[in-house]
Amino acid sequence: MNWQVIIDSLPELAQGALLTLELIFISGVLGLILAIPIALGRVSTSWTVRAAPYAFIFFFRGTPLLVQIFLVYYGLSQFEFIRESFAWPVLREAYWCAIIAFTLNTSAYTAEILRGAIQAVPTGEVEAAKAIGMGRWLRLRRVILPRAFRIALPAYSNEVILMLKGSALASTITLLDLTGMARTIIAETYMPIELFLAAGAFYLVIAAVLLQGLRLVEKHLHGVS
Amino acid sequence: MIDLHGFGAQLLSGALITLELGVLSMAVAILLGLVFAPMKVAPLAPLRWVATAYTTVVRGLPELLVILLVYFGASRVLGGFLESIGQGGAFELSPFAAGMIALGFAYGAYTTEAIRGALLEIPRGQIEAARAIGMGGWLTFRRIILPQLWRISLPALGNLFLALLKDTALVSVIGVEDLTREAAIATGFTKEPFTFYFAATVLYLCLTVLCVIGIHYSEKLAGRGYSRGTT
Amino acid sequence: MMKIFRQVIAGAAFVAVLFSGPAMAEKLRIGTEGAYPPFNQIGPDGELQGFDIDIAKALCEEMNRDCVFVTQDWDGIIPGLLANKYDAIIASMSITPERDKAVDFTNRYYSNKLRFVAKKSSNIKPTKESLKGKTVGAQRATISSQWLKENMGDIVDIKLYDTQENAFLDLDTGRADAVLADMLVAYEWLNSDAGKQFEFKGEAVYSGDKIAIAVREGNQKLVREFNKAIKAIREDGTYAKINAKYFPFDIY
Repeated sequence: MNWQVIIDSLPELAQGALLTLELIFISGVLGLILAIPIALGRVSTSWTVRAAPYAFIFFFRGTPLLVQIFLVYYGLSQFEFIRESFAWPVLREAYWCAIIAFTLNTSAYTAEILRGAIQAVPTGEVEAAKAIGMGRWLRLRRVILPRAFRIALPAYSNEVILMLKGSALASTITLLDLTGMARTIIAETYMPIELFLAAGAFYLVIAAVLLQGLRLVEKHLHGVS
Repeated sequence: MIDLHGFGAQLLSGALITLELGVLSMAVAILLGLVFAPMKVAPLAPLRWVATAYTTVVRGLPELLVILLVYFGASRVLGGFLESIGQGGAFELSPFAAGMIALGFAYGAYTTEAIRGALLEIPRGQIEAARAIGMGGWLTFRRIILPQLWRISLPALGNLFLALLKDTALVSVIGVEDLTREAAIATGFTKEPFTFYFAATVLYLCLTVLCVIGIHYSEKLAGRGYSRGTT
Repeated sequence: MMKIFRQVIAGAAFVAVLFSGPAMAEKLRIGTEGAYPPFNQIGPDGELQGFDIDIAKALCEEMNRDCVFVTQDWDGIIPGLLANKYDAIIASMSITPERDKAVDFTNRYYSNKLRFVAKKSSNIKPTKESLKGKTVGAQRATISSQWLKENMGDIVDIKLYDTQENAFLDLDTGRADAVLADMLVAYEWLNSDAGKQFEFKGEAVYSGDKIAIAVREGNQKLVREFNKAIKAIREDGTYAKINAKYFPFDIY
């Protein structure tokens, strides 16, 4: 084990870790926002409303994230009309392609978690809200969603960790995230084991911090009720 | 219809490798789960620590990293081990074997949790009853615990298998010619990334549907003799 | 379809794959990338093809050795050799002082130069002033990426790719303003449909590029064997025949 290589590469790995955090934070927030309408569509009583979210979830949960990233980054640029469209300034950046792919992917998984949670909200509470005259929107905002978020939180914590692990794939489209940084340093030092272990330690620390944070949120939510 | 420029057969053979790798890695993961789950509920604390360390660490590591580590690291570690027991010489792990072991190892942490949950659901009384009528440890495990374990943990294992099937795409980075790598190769040759990555997603969806059907039937098979109400 | 069958059988006998260590030792295993046309790439039939592959086969025949090819992503190709995944790398690898510390090289089997490639309509020149603030692509872990880092690291935005093909894909889409690459690989791409709107910019920025076969450090026996074989195929005309298949000029 060559410790010197590990120590020398710590600053660069830390820089990679920062990009990893940035990617999961931005796509995590965007994914969560996007998941809400998808989940609501998914529990609709009309099948025409249900169909689109269902297909979306089926597609993103049924195919590998790696292929989704390639499809967004290399795939879309195959078409001239996309390269000439207003979206190109965004799509030409690997950074945004990664965020788009991660956001869509996590929103599909989160929507499915939320759907389960919405359906698990006790009917009594919804009926009570109806009885005191709450409208559809108010009911959703004040009763169903807050309750569903609380039910969904443990499963969502899992999803956050999965997203952290999935973010390693950003390295396949030129981004120097934690894994990308490690692979670049390996290309110069030929020390794969040392650097992958060092990067692994970074991931474990990030995972532990994220889980602790989510646990605090969970506690807070339960304290409020 | 999209033109695959003669790479159709390659994509299909890649899909087959993907399925094969998925099934074999899942077998490894289930075996690991069967080893670590009992350890997690063992009365002996060190056993619990080992199992908990395994599930905690592995679930926090990106699968891509685990695969790269096993591929590049295993030869060094195993080679050193073989040398130390006097079996020196070259040891190499093929990319397929490395991918299988790495994915099995990564998902073993999840199957451990699934099987542990199922273990806790088997009533203690049944095991005591088996012992009372003179069944030995192994017979109790084989005849009483295992069939129920299978039935209870199958839905969770099925979900894990679907997730694993998609993560097999990651082995393309170590040169296993799975579906994703075949798509990448075809892209390099034809300069048509969308065509081939899209074709790959269609094949992945087909595999997923196929596996969902398979899982459905195994659940039925495992649950025979149980009415819906009692399970 | 035959390949599918073969793979089913291969999969069924996976235990054999698992422990295929010492038993396979007599075969010479050659690591290559498979994504570097026209030197090494995988065709629609799933078989490797290209200059490196033809040379490797000719050398194996000359050496009377049974060879098998192993494909490996480029940034892991030296670690793969060190981890004993194969015995030699024949993948258009340039001799560099850094690599020479980790592996042993044979004599060269062809020579190359580094040149910038960019759109015909752009006025990019291979100078610091012209490239300032531009995005330049290169394959990760190559002499191109190293050259960029050492000579222009502070003024250009360097984008590193897994494969040379992906770097060219991004040059085509405009994500990269220019690509620095081995001249002969770029030559092939510029002559393909995809490269029609592009051209070399300026003269070569580095021309001492010697391409050789890499083996594990200390394996001098294999180095000598290869050197002898390279000399032999140069002399008996095999090399010239292979050369002519890919380039209308001598690349030795």
